[in-house]
Amino acid sequence: MAATRATRPSSFSRNPSTSAAPSIPLPGVKLGPGNAAFVSSGIPDLDRILGGGFLLGSLVMVMEDAEAPHHLLLLRNFMAQGVVHRQPLLFASPSEEPRAFLGTLPTPIAASKEERPRVPGPNQEGKEQGLRIAWQYKKYFGEQPASQPQYKDVKQEFSNTFDLRKSIERHMLSSQNIDCVSIEKISDLAPLRERCSSFLSKLNGDNSSIGLAGRIAIQSLCAPQCGFSDWDMVSFVRSLRAMLRSSRAVGIITFPSSILPHSFSKRWQHLADTLLSVKAIPDDDKDLAKLLTGYQDMVGLLHVHKVAQISSQVPVILEANTFSLKLHRRRSLILEKLNQAPVEGSSGTSYGTAGPCTASFKGSSIDF
Amino acid sequence: MNTSPHLLDEALGLMPGISNGGALSQGCIVLIEDSVETSGAFILHYIVKRALSLDSSGIVLFLALAHPFSHYERILRKLGCNLSVHREQKRFHLFDILQLEFPCESKKDSVEQGLVELYSKIQSAVEVISSRDHSRAHISILIDDLSILEIAAHGSMDHVLNFLHYCVTLTSEQNCSLVILNHEDIYPDIEGRRLLSHLVYLADFIIKAEPLATGIAADVHGQLTVLKKGTSNNGHYSADKASNFHFQVKEHGVDLFFPGSRC
Repeated sequence: MAATRATRPSSFSRNPSTSAAPSIPLPGVKLGPGNAAFVSSGIPDLDRILGGGFLLGSLVMVMEDAEAPHHLLLLRNFMAQGVVHRQPLLFASPSEEPRAFLGTLPTPIAASKEERPRVPGPNQEGKEQGLRIAWQYKKYFGEQPASQPQYKDVKQEFSNTFDLRKSIERHMLSSQNIDCVSIEKISDLAPLRERCSSFLSKLNGDNSSIGLAGRIAIQSLCAPQCGFSDWDMVSFVRSLRAMLRSSRAVGIITFPSSILPHSFSKRWQHLADTLLSVKAIPDDDKDLAKLLTGYQDMVGLLHVHKVAQISSQVPVILEANTFSLKLHRRRSLILEKLNQAPVEGSSGTSYGTAGPCTASFKGSSIDF
Repeated sequence: MNTSPHLLDEALGLMPGISNGGALSQGCIVLIEDSVETSGAFILHYIVKRALSLDSSGIVLFLALAHPFSHYERILRKLGCNLSVHREQKRFHLFDILQLEFPCESKKDSVEQGLVELYSKIQSAVEVISSRDHSRAHISILIDDLSILEIAAHGSMDHVLNFLHYCVTLTSEQNCSLVILNHEDIYPDIEGRRLLSHLVYLADFIIKAEPLATGIAADVHGQLTVLKKGTSNNGHYSADKASNFHFQVKEHGVDLFFPGSRC
């Protein structure tokens, strides 16, 4: 055989590393199409609904239901996810001791322990096939570390499921970069703005070190016990949004929209990049029980008003905008699409039943 | 055959073949109203694209209060308009005032001062452009969006109105067009509507983007109402003209169609 030409270039060329995206992926950050980078909300279902998670550089706002604390579920999952991924966190709340809230953060559940009957499909079969192949070769590789430390397993996932019944371990909180601010009884938002600004500028890191993705969580910003003026508050929201835009962080603000005057509530809603609202479900509402399946398990409702989009003018249209908040196996938060309960056969033709259903729906308390 | 952009062109008078090409007619004021459910930003993007199109010599001054330059650049690139190139060629100027703050030593004065400064920046930019060689260049000033300017001004409606009126003088003196995006659902009651009623009075075109009455749909994102105000020039009177379309926003543009004409 003739000697191959030594200098013949290979037809295969290595792909240059993607130009726009950071060459080193940040911990807990998933990259998407365009320049999108996502962090997890701490609720895998919500990440899926929002198309990946919370966009870095965006502002998420949650309209609270004044009668129920469901927004705290969202906040807890969000903050716990940040702790698991070791992302710096700034938390502000209108209570005297915001640090106390950290004690209520849920602990992550390791994926290996959690069975996944709810998401069946090709994954399972593929996994099994993969296992079968690997098993043959296992004898050549020696014993793989079968039980990886639970913590490490948990950390490598983009989105964790959290057990709301158990609090997060103390050691995870203490070694963590968490800053807490109380916004109770202070008349001016300038200090909070300062803290946010310094928090965000620290995220960029030096040239040598890798920057980190950060999280800012502000609970009940316009709560009555804070003495801020309407214009001060909306001005703060606007400047936070502008600061977040040019940073590697996600901000989440929950606020009881019913307390704000209508026009200010609308201004806040316009400033949000992603807008959600939570609503309580009244216990023992007979109409709702007839209307929706699984009503007994529902804790509340989550409505998605707006989803953040960068680099696109096309609005995100979801298949469904309202989801029920449920506790899966009484410990972790899941979101499910609403399913209309099957109509009883005895109550007439399908045309006849369509009418009363919508009428009672309008009459019920669900009204976004 | 994609005939839909022509519907918006027709409604706004952006017909090609007229001397200014794709730009708005001189001295024209356009008000874009939108709501939380339906954003009207796509109209701004469309106007920028048409103003910077090759067959026109338009120049765009953009007051960016809502998003930074990178955001618009990415979106306009998908629409087929390269903002970076236009910026280098001095056809696109963006004032990044996302972090516009009026330092509050003595609040009232500082807001006025700040707005006066902002206006003088815009005015000097306009003067620089019109004194250059291509004095036939048509300048469009776009504001995205006015409600954030109100927030920056801490709610002092008077100062914002003054600023607005000064910008309107640019339309008559320097023949610029002014396009303003504002959120209509922020002003529910009579008290707060003062700014909106001034805008409605001043505007030549009012474009309103609303959600459909029937709710959200995947292929129709909302409805667009374009009102062209009637004019009375030299005794020649023309009536108001209203057009109603349904629209679907896409990556590369917007599809407009008459209600019900989509199969």
